[in-house]
Amino acid sequence: MEVSIAVSEAVKLANVDVISAYPITPQTHIVEHLSELVADGELKAAYIPVESEHSALSAAVGAAAVGARAYTATTSQGLALMHEIMFIASSMRIPLVMTVVNRALSAPINIWNDLSDIMAQRDCGWVQLFAINGQEAVDLTLQAFKIAEDPRVLLPVVVNVDGFILSHVIEPMEIPDQETVDRFLPVFKPVIRLDPEQPVSMGILGGPDVYTEVKKQVEEALIGSQKVTAEVWKDFGNIFGRNYKPIESYKTKGAETLLVTMGSITETAMTAVDVLREKGQKVGLIHIRLWRPFPFTEFFQAIREAKVLAVVDRALSPGGVGGPVGLEIKSALFEQKERPYIAEFVAGLGGRDLPVEVFAEMVDKAGSYAQKQKKMRYEMIGVREK
Amino acid sequence: MIAEDLKDFKKFTPKTLSQEEPLVSGHRACQGCGEVLAMRMVAKAIGSPMIVVNATGCMEIITSPYPQTAWAVPWIHVAFENTAAVASGVEAGLKTLMAKGRIPEKKINVVAFAGDGGTADIGLQALSGAMERGHDFVYVCLDNEAYMNTGIQRSSSTPFGAMTTTSPAGKITPGQTTWKKNLPAIMAAHNIPYVATASPAYYLDLMNKAKKAALIKGPAYLHVFSPCPTGWRLGTELSVEISRLVVETNIFPLYEVVEGKYLVRKNTKPKPVEEYLKLQRRFSHLTPELIQVIQKRVDLEYEKLIKLEACTQEPETKGEVKEETAKE
Repeated sequence: MEVSIAVSEAVKLANVDVISAYPITPQTHIVEHLSELVADGELKAAYIPVESEHSALSAAVGAAAVGARAYTATTSQGLALMHEIMFIASSMRIPLVMTVVNRALSAPINIWNDLSDIMAQRDCGWVQLFAINGQEAVDLTLQAFKIAEDPRVLLPVVVNVDGFILSHVIEPMEIPDQETVDRFLPVFKPVIRLDPEQPVSMGILGGPDVYTEVKKQVEEALIGSQKVTAEVWKDFGNIFGRNYKPIESYKTKGAETLLVTMGSITETAMTAVDVLREKGQKVGLIHIRLWRPFPFTEFFQAIREAKVLAVVDRALSPGGVGGPVGLEIKSALFEQKERPYIAEFVAGLGGRDLPVEVFAEMVDKAGSYAQKQKKMRYEMIGVREK
Repeated sequence: MIAEDLKDFKKFTPKTLSQEEPLVSGHRACQGCGEVLAMRMVAKAIGSPMIVVNATGCMEIITSPYPQTAWAVPWIHVAFENTAAVASGVEAGLKTLMAKGRIPEKKINVVAFAGDGGTADIGLQALSGAMERGHDFVYVCLDNEAYMNTGIQRSSSTPFGAMTTTSPAGKITPGQTTWKKNLPAIMAAHNIPYVATASPAYYLDLMNKAKKAALIKGPAYLHVFSPCPTGWRLGTELSVEISRLVVETNIFPLYEVVEGKYLVRKNTKPKPVEEYLKLQRRFSHLTPELIQVIQKRVDLEYEKLIKLEACTQEPETKGEVKEETAKE
């Protein structure tokens, strides 16, 4: 099954009440399939074919505010257009789920994959999860609703699925049955909603006397969501037999150099690790599944034996110390007494292919830069300078 | 059909007005605010059960400074330009939850309020989308003819000649240099079941239109004249007076567009526009020549409206309708 179709099947299994979406490549297969499911009566939900992504998220917020389970999906420019409402949704504590099919931001206009769209939304206060394959895309989608709607969280959740290189891939996946999903994910019970019987005012004016406290509450809810996410994953593991962690390790035992990845390039990078291990190199990999809130403890634990980190960033923060992932890791390690050498690589922008050899190249470069203790902000891989 | 939707509709009289106040006193509106007056009338006419969706703007900030609220009914504000989109989600959410038996099946009126900037400018796209999709809610544009919350900047709904902080009366340009965008016509072009203009001086007419808008299934659009003494440099005691004059001069004619058919409240002996303009300092710089330019335009627009009524009414109902409007 195509991963996009599988994601929409997961949304259907989650029994959503309202879908509001605007078409944009490469998100279209998800919303096309969802509209078919609604048109055929297989999914009892309202499908709002809005006139923009800004309205897609706004309508989803409105639907969630009356107590509906709301979903939307977008990518790239569409996500950038939603930017304003991203912050409002989290600060209004609106639980909803969005799939972001990651794609480069214009200009030049480019429909292919990288993470520049979601990285520009880093600070919007949403829980942010990354899928490395189709099965994860399905599983994380189901989990996302449970995390978002937990009364201890009440925040929107984004599930990231790489555009084309994951969204359009056909792979074998286990699609759970409705009964089991219902056991895992019961009907949404909102804590507060717009109810004429018990009127509330949502989205009020908050002056300097309350704004700070609201922001602190969002921060605490976001940090607290990691505990809830761990519980959701435990529950999911018990029911479905697939287990999830915020940071996953691959062949890290005895590894001196670790590749650090996010999203679907991870499986290619794993193949590179296999090849290099066969050649006797002490290489492993970690991938970050939970990006927000950043799982510091699990990250420190996962890299504790490594001497070198080769961090792969698929977005660039121009004029700064590096890409967003490199920046996060460098600042996280700043207070650690012993820390590995960090070589940061910006790669795979706008759909530039990242085959196995490129990961081997990064591992080699990271090793030699570490030996020389080369001072680097980041290196852009494969860029033609002339 | 509309006849079916309105079968239980009874016109308000001063004695039959509801006691309910969805928008209570204690809010922070300026003295003489015509916008909050109009909003209260609409909310009162429609009444519970209702959910209000509010755009960013004066009405949002004056009714919701935490920890207080002036709303006795459920109320949500998300942003400036997306009121119609949020209302779409609210309506679709309610409908689905009712269909799935998760909340009791009953009519809950969804009412969206936005200013002229939030409607004619930044919110026009979301509004057009929501109207075209046919969501069942009432959208109310409270038109005070500029961005008042930010300090009197011009919008596309600011009338020709009006002085604002971004259309000042300068040595070269005499205030706003463009003609007011005709939002009710744009809404009528969406072929929605109900469009109406209203003014708070004609409070029963306004409340009857609000009630009809809520009863009619599908999207309804109300364009309400909302005087802003602060921004118009108008005496705070003159809000209602100016709301009457704007109609009596034919600057803001009262009409309905019901399923595409125009019904105009006739005014064959209009007062000169100068009577309206001279009370407001935003027009104080206008020369007699410019006032004549405005007069001509107002006459032309009114004629157009009457022609629209004539060509959209079916011949056999034409007489009845005239009688109906004459009675009001």
